[in-house]
Amino acid sequence: MADFIFFNSYLILFCPLLSFVVIGLGHLRSDNTFVGKFAITLSALSCGYALITALTYFIAVMGHGQGDVYPAKMALDSAWLNFSPTLTANMGIYLDPISVMMLIVVSVISLLVNIYSVGYMKGDPSFNRFFSLLALFSFSMLGLVVSSNILQMFVFWELVGVSSYALIGFWYEKPSAVAASKKAFIMTRFADAFFLLGILLVSFQSGSFSFQILNSPETAALLNKNFLFAGMSINMLTLGTLLIFCGGWGKSAMFPLHVWLPDAMEGPTPVSSIIHSATMVVAGVYLTARMFPLFAASESTLFVIQCIGAFTALFAAVIAITQMDIKRILAFSTLSQLGYMIFSLGAAKVCAEGGHHESSINILGYSAAMYHVFTHAFFKCMLFLGAGAIIHAVHSNDILKMGGLKSLMPKTYWSLLAACLAIAGVFPLSGFWSKDAILLASLQSGHYITFLVGLMTGALTAFYMFRFFFLIFHGEARSELHDVHEDPWMTWPIIILTIPTLFAGLLEHFFIIHVVPPQLDEAAHFVHPSWLPWIATLAAVLGIGSAWLLYGKGKTETAARLKDMFGSVYTLVYNKFYVDEVWLFITHKILFNCIAAPIKWFDRKVVDGSMDLTGWLLQVGGKGIRFSQNGQLQFYLGVTLVGVFMFFFLG
Amino acid sequence: MSLSHYIALSLILCGIGLFGMLTRRNLLGIMLSVEVILNGANINFAAFAHFKAADPVAGAIFPIFVMAVSACEIAVALAIILSMYRHRKRLDVYRLEKLNG
Repeated sequence: MADFIFFNSYLILFCPLLSFVVIGLGHLRSDNTFVGKFAITLSALSCGYALITALTYFIAVMGHGQGDVYPAKMALDSAWLNFSPTLTANMGIYLDPISVMMLIVVSVISLLVNIYSVGYMKGDPSFNRFFSLLALFSFSMLGLVVSSNILQMFVFWELVGVSSYALIGFWYEKPSAVAASKKAFIMTRFADAFFLLGILLVSFQSGSFSFQILNSPETAALLNKNFLFAGMSINMLTLGTLLIFCGGWGKSAMFPLHVWLPDAMEGPTPVSSIIHSATMVVAGVYLTARMFPLFAASESTLFVIQCIGAFTALFAAVIAITQMDIKRILAFSTLSQLGYMIFSLGAAKVCAEGGHHESSINILGYSAAMYHVFTHAFFKCMLFLGAGAIIHAVHSNDILKMGGLKSLMPKTYWSLLAACLAIAGVFPLSGFWSKDAILLASLQSGHYITFLVGLMTGALTAFYMFRFFFLIFHGEARSELHDVHEDPWMTWPIIILTIPTLFAGLLEHFFIIHVVPPQLDEAAHFVHPSWLPWIATLAAVLGIGSAWLLYGKGKTETAARLKDMFGSVYTLVYNKFYVDEVWLFITHKILFNCIAAPIKWFDRKVVDGSMDLTGWLLQVGGKGIRFSQNGQLQFYLGVTLVGVFMFFFLG
Repeated sequence: MSLSHYIALSLILCGIGLFGMLTRRNLLGIMLSVEVILNGANINFAAFAHFKAADPVAGAIFPIFVMAVSACEIAVALAIILSMYRHRKRLDVYRLEKLNG
């Protein structure tokens, strides 16, 4: 039975693909409700099968692993490309705790977002295109999480990039949307180029693409050697893992490649919700977790991951405080939370203390990151869906134009309150448990700075989320609002998402015990300092309290005075530390002028010139030869005769 | 009359024909010149058959073939020339240069 279910698990991917093909290629009328119903049905089928597969997996592996570790199952594995007898790229479905967790997250959120989009996209002329692209995205993301080897993952990795590109630029009549989609695609592609290099390096050395082989200790030992490059001695393991992490660096929008994510908010809100908060952007975290045993073998890689994650978490949280656009606040919040996950993965290693050269693996960081992926997906998706509902009602993105929506949208109000409390990390909501686990992991890793950064980010998160919340819902309406209503298509998915937001905390024990990296289960155990949850809660309460003081009544006067006090700092933060401008300078001034312009000259003058010369020579030659073909019969005859005589006498 | 006389005759006929082909401006004249060349060749065949061949019949058959083929060819060529004349109202080959490059 279990084998039968596993064998048919390709159906999880097949349903959204079918939806994409039928809606995308079928010439369906846009104004009927068939498209929405069809997309929701197939999404529900996929989601249902994913849940069945998850259930079967847990029943099948429960009690079969060594200790608490659940073994991985290869549900499906077939050869796709045969490079050589020893090197084959497979397509497969690989089930282990994290991929099953992601399967559930992606399929459930995809279903809810499909339902929501029926309400949100109602009346849009490109209704069908939206649903087909959404289905394409679901297909690619589900394929990514179940990948059995790194090449398959790369294929689906690019597919999610393409669908993200198409959906960010969904309203392609807006120039800003087109620019944002190009920015997102080019930035992630830039990072993916390094990812591909990393795949080549690691797979070439280990002779395999399969995660099981790449994650084995033998591969790490094989790669752990130095080679000389330009006079520097480079460790191949560190280089390979860092290159692979570059893929995640771009996809998960870590500093300084984060600039595409806030701009990606130009897409429709359901897209931001599923792609740019809940699923696609955690692909980088997922990749790191998937390759974790290999990453963990290189101390420097984990250190880089931890630093970059912590920095991004704080950096984005600071920017989020000043933003005024409802979706940008959430985008920076997503960045900050992604930073949390990444630094938690990096923290899954304990600093060598004193004379001890060996450092041990602290698996809590890994479990905590995966747990935060899980909880964050639900509450952040919900925040975005709520923001979409508000935008739909108010027809503006500016939080200063909102306010007083509490009585007008009560269901959204209470749901978003749960989500904001969860992301702020208030007991006993889901975010509290996952953040607590992450903070504990960073404390145990011995990098106390990242712990403090995590704590500070927690307080900032609470502050900006409640600033967002109070400005939208409390006080008086700050602009003319008419016909504000809650569309049931849009409200119900939000309400359903409160369930995991409220109760995902119950799964903490499960995640800590069972979601652990393979081959690294003999880690040391650490004590849980009892003061940690209090400190975390204190930080959250501090953040919420100061938000209440500044914006509690929906007023902005105190905040405006504060803003004037910190004029230049405020401008700096409001403009996102001018990172976008730095990128623009690099691309326009340096890349375009110093590299692209000479290459263009070479192409136009040298490459095109040589081709033009060849064509010109042929034309001139042709003109010369034309004279001989003058249409005079007797000229031809004479030439023939002369030829015959020459052949006869000379030949 | 020896073989060389016949060969000389056929050579002269060929020369006359070639000269005619190269110099005549009228398409019909060129056709006539072609016939003259063919007859020169026929004389050549007949002469060699008479003087050299073991079985003179073989040599005699060839001129008959040539005559039959040239009769067909003339029929076709005259048809073309006729329609060309109807179309262009002249048969001056210097003017018929539509097929130039």
